[in-house]
Amino acid sequence: MEILDNLALGFSIALSPWTLMLAVLGCFIGTIVGALPGLGPSNGVAIMIPITFSMGLDAVSALVLLTSIYYGAMYGGRISSILLNIPGDEPALMTTLDGYPMAKNGRAADALVISGVASFVGALLATIGLMLLAPLLSRVAYQFGPGEYFALYLLAFATLGGISSNNQAKAALASCIGLMIAMIGLDPNSGLPRLTGGNLHLYDGIDFLVAIVGLFAVSEIFFFIESHGKSSAAGVTIDKVRVPWRDIWSTRWTMLRSSFLGFFAGVLPGAGASLGSFMTYMMEKSIAGDKGKFGTGVPKGVAAPEAGNNAAAGGALVPMLTLGVPGSGTTAVLLAVLVTLNITPGPTLFTDRPDVVWGLIAALLIANFVLLFMNVPMVKVFVKVLQVPPAILLPGVTMVSFVGIYSLTGSYFDLLLVVGFGVLGYLLRKLDIPTVPVILGILLGHQMEKQLRDAMVLSDGSAWGLIYTRPSQPEDISYIATGLLIAAVLGFFAPIFLRRFITKPQRVSD
Amino acid sequence: MKYFNFKALSVSVALSVGATSAMAAECIAPANPGGGWDFTCRQIGKILFDIGQVDAPVQVTNLAGAGGGLAFSTVVNERNDDVDLIVAASSATTTRLAQNAYGGATADQVRFVGAIGADPGVIVVAADSPYQNLNELIDAIIADPGSVAFAGGSAVGGFDHLKPLQVLTAAGFTDITAVRYIGVDGGADAITQTVGGFTQAMTGDMSEVVGFLDSGDIRVLAVLTEERVPGFEDIPTAMEQGYDVVAVNWRGLYVPKGISDEDFNLWAERLQAVADSAEWQQAMTDNGLAPFTKVGDDFQSWIDSVVASTEELSREIGVIQ
Repeated sequence: MEILDNLALGFSIALSPWTLMLAVLGCFIGTIVGALPGLGPSNGVAIMIPITFSMGLDAVSALVLLTSIYYGAMYGGRISSILLNIPGDEPALMTTLDGYPMAKNGRAADALVISGVASFVGALLATIGLMLLAPLLSRVAYQFGPGEYFALYLLAFATLGGISSNNQAKAALASCIGLMIAMIGLDPNSGLPRLTGGNLHLYDGIDFLVAIVGLFAVSEIFFFIESHGKSSAAGVTIDKVRVPWRDIWSTRWTMLRSSFLGFFAGVLPGAGASLGSFMTYMMEKSIAGDKGKFGTGVPKGVAAPEAGNNAAAGGALVPMLTLGVPGSGTTAVLLAVLVTLNITPGPTLFTDRPDVVWGLIAALLIANFVLLFMNVPMVKVFVKVLQVPPAILLPGVTMVSFVGIYSLTGSYFDLLLVVGFGVLGYLLRKLDIPTVPVILGILLGHQMEKQLRDAMVLSDGSAWGLIYTRPSQPEDISYIATGLLIAAVLGFFAPIFLRRFITKPQRVSD
Repeated sequence: MKYFNFKALSVSVALSVGATSAMAAECIAPANPGGGWDFTCRQIGKILFDIGQVDAPVQVTNLAGAGGGLAFSTVVNERNDDVDLIVAASSATTTRLAQNAYGGATADQVRFVGAIGADPGVIVVAADSPYQNLNELIDAIIADPGSVAFAGGSAVGGFDHLKPLQVLTAAGFTDITAVRYIGVDGGADAITQTVGGFTQAMTGDMSEVVGFLDSGDIRVLAVLTEERVPGFEDIPTAMEQGYDVVAVNWRGLYVPKGISDEDFNLWAERLQAVADSAEWQQAMTDNGLAPFTKVGDDFQSWIDSVVASTEELSREIGVIQ
């Protein structure tokens, strides 16, 4: 019962009034930061770093505050996804697909409650997973080299077309636009600038937050102006807020499955929460099939990505704590904080600093319950947002997003880019091309290219390097890479052939 | 009457704001909070005030972008004569300048004040690797350059990539473009790839490998310093093994080019005072930095030689034309 002893130690640290207050504060700030478009979990945490330094917090307190913000932002991201069709941060992207249609149907409160509960289930299971399996799971990272990661990203890409239920070609086109945008910046293998036109601001590539705010928030404004305010969910009459027990019960398996898949995606250092929520959504969509009506506003379509991205957030802490390898942008910032606080995460952290690790785990468990109790009753407050006249609401949200984007780099150039993406988003939506695959193309494109190029360096340019991934063992085939590659090929081609036999292609209509 | 008061008030506010801003020094960290440059600004800034070298707390500004290039061009183009400005720098700054990665900016557009601490470079293999010392590894590469791939935390052409190339050059090996290297997401990730068997060796900083050294997952073949590092006396240097290479990730500052020699020397004195302080000694121990103090004109000439040799090496591997 070593774990119980350790947990007791953790709670003895985390249950002090001071730490509890920090956890509540962190959850609150995190929820707000997550809900504001343009401010994601990674910059939310980054903004708070100087404050933790100036408050003179010790290592455990600082970690509790910052990870509460991290978990809080994961909860909060869904709020603007559901209410405004503007993802609050990148992992909440998939929640727009069914969350916003639910809000338009007057079920905004239900969507918020279901997603809140799903977030809780995902985060709770992930924290338990972190507690029980972390040292064991850290070995998983040793099984994934560039070849394996490339196969994983390829699998994600092969299923991108399935996001749109009407026209797969348009979704594929959109993901190619995303890939094109991902090519801007420094070439990952030579460090030479690519498609930047000599502009220093473009050397780091285009931040996906810039693309999200432009494609969703600013294009929403354009539509609002064009339609004189009739196209928005704002102003929709809202049913009385009640807990939709039946919907929550009906999504129980979705939440469980998504939590497991999301947690696993988080544990892999190269994958992270965005891939986690994307893969859980696609998995649930294919399990439910056409009868599931994913994309039209169904509870499962909200529960899956939210359970997935919160579980991935917990999963991403595994490689960060046990190896010092950040699995996402936010864990990279947390890692930097730890190093500054003179704690070096790595294989010896669990034995060297049990107070830090178990204090953190206990704080995460507490933060989770705080977030559940904070988020469900507050749904009443959140839905009030929709009663704000759209003429005030949308410009206000856009202004806040602009401030968030400006805080990223402190340069006006990104603001110009945001407006540019707004125009692009407006055009794409006019052409009935989904914008979600554009963002996923940018998010996944970077990584997929990098991993492919690295695999090619290791195999000296031979395509067999994608299967025989370990140069030191030239005879041993990688089962992980091979399995993922086969799944990717099947995932791409199977629907084309099978559809003929199952259902006739639907007429394109929206 | 009210109007008058208001005017007087605004004038006094403007005066006091002007006065404080003239006194308070600013340190630009060319990256987001939490990184090495941010650490440099916050620690040096705090100690400067604590030991009374400056009158007001040093204000830290994070100006991230283009790997430090954005801050560099801001200093050169907009604040070239600001005497109250210092900017955090490290080996990455000079490496990128030497490789023209700051959009045409060159190292002589600013003045380097000094370095007061360094993270020693290391070359590492997995614990079960057949290579027992640096000579065996280098000989294997010379015999067959394809037999060893390195992983490191910086991009291709970055400082981690250059370290093994410097050792190989010192060993008389010329075909350095044949040496394989992949740049991954930080030193710990590079170790993961090496322990996982995807690459055969890892190149990085001492602070990045300590945890894995304690857990017994890796073997450090060499540290790239002049003498063995205090606390790690059983790790041999590359020099002992016959390769005349010193590669450390130094932490220091640069200032705008347009300030006078007196102002430059004043900053050099202040930095020397920080280096001598007990607070800085403690900060170095806490963060795994080894002593490495070069300040003033001495440092500037060392930087010039580093930039020149980096430029030559980068040209050979084709990162620049």
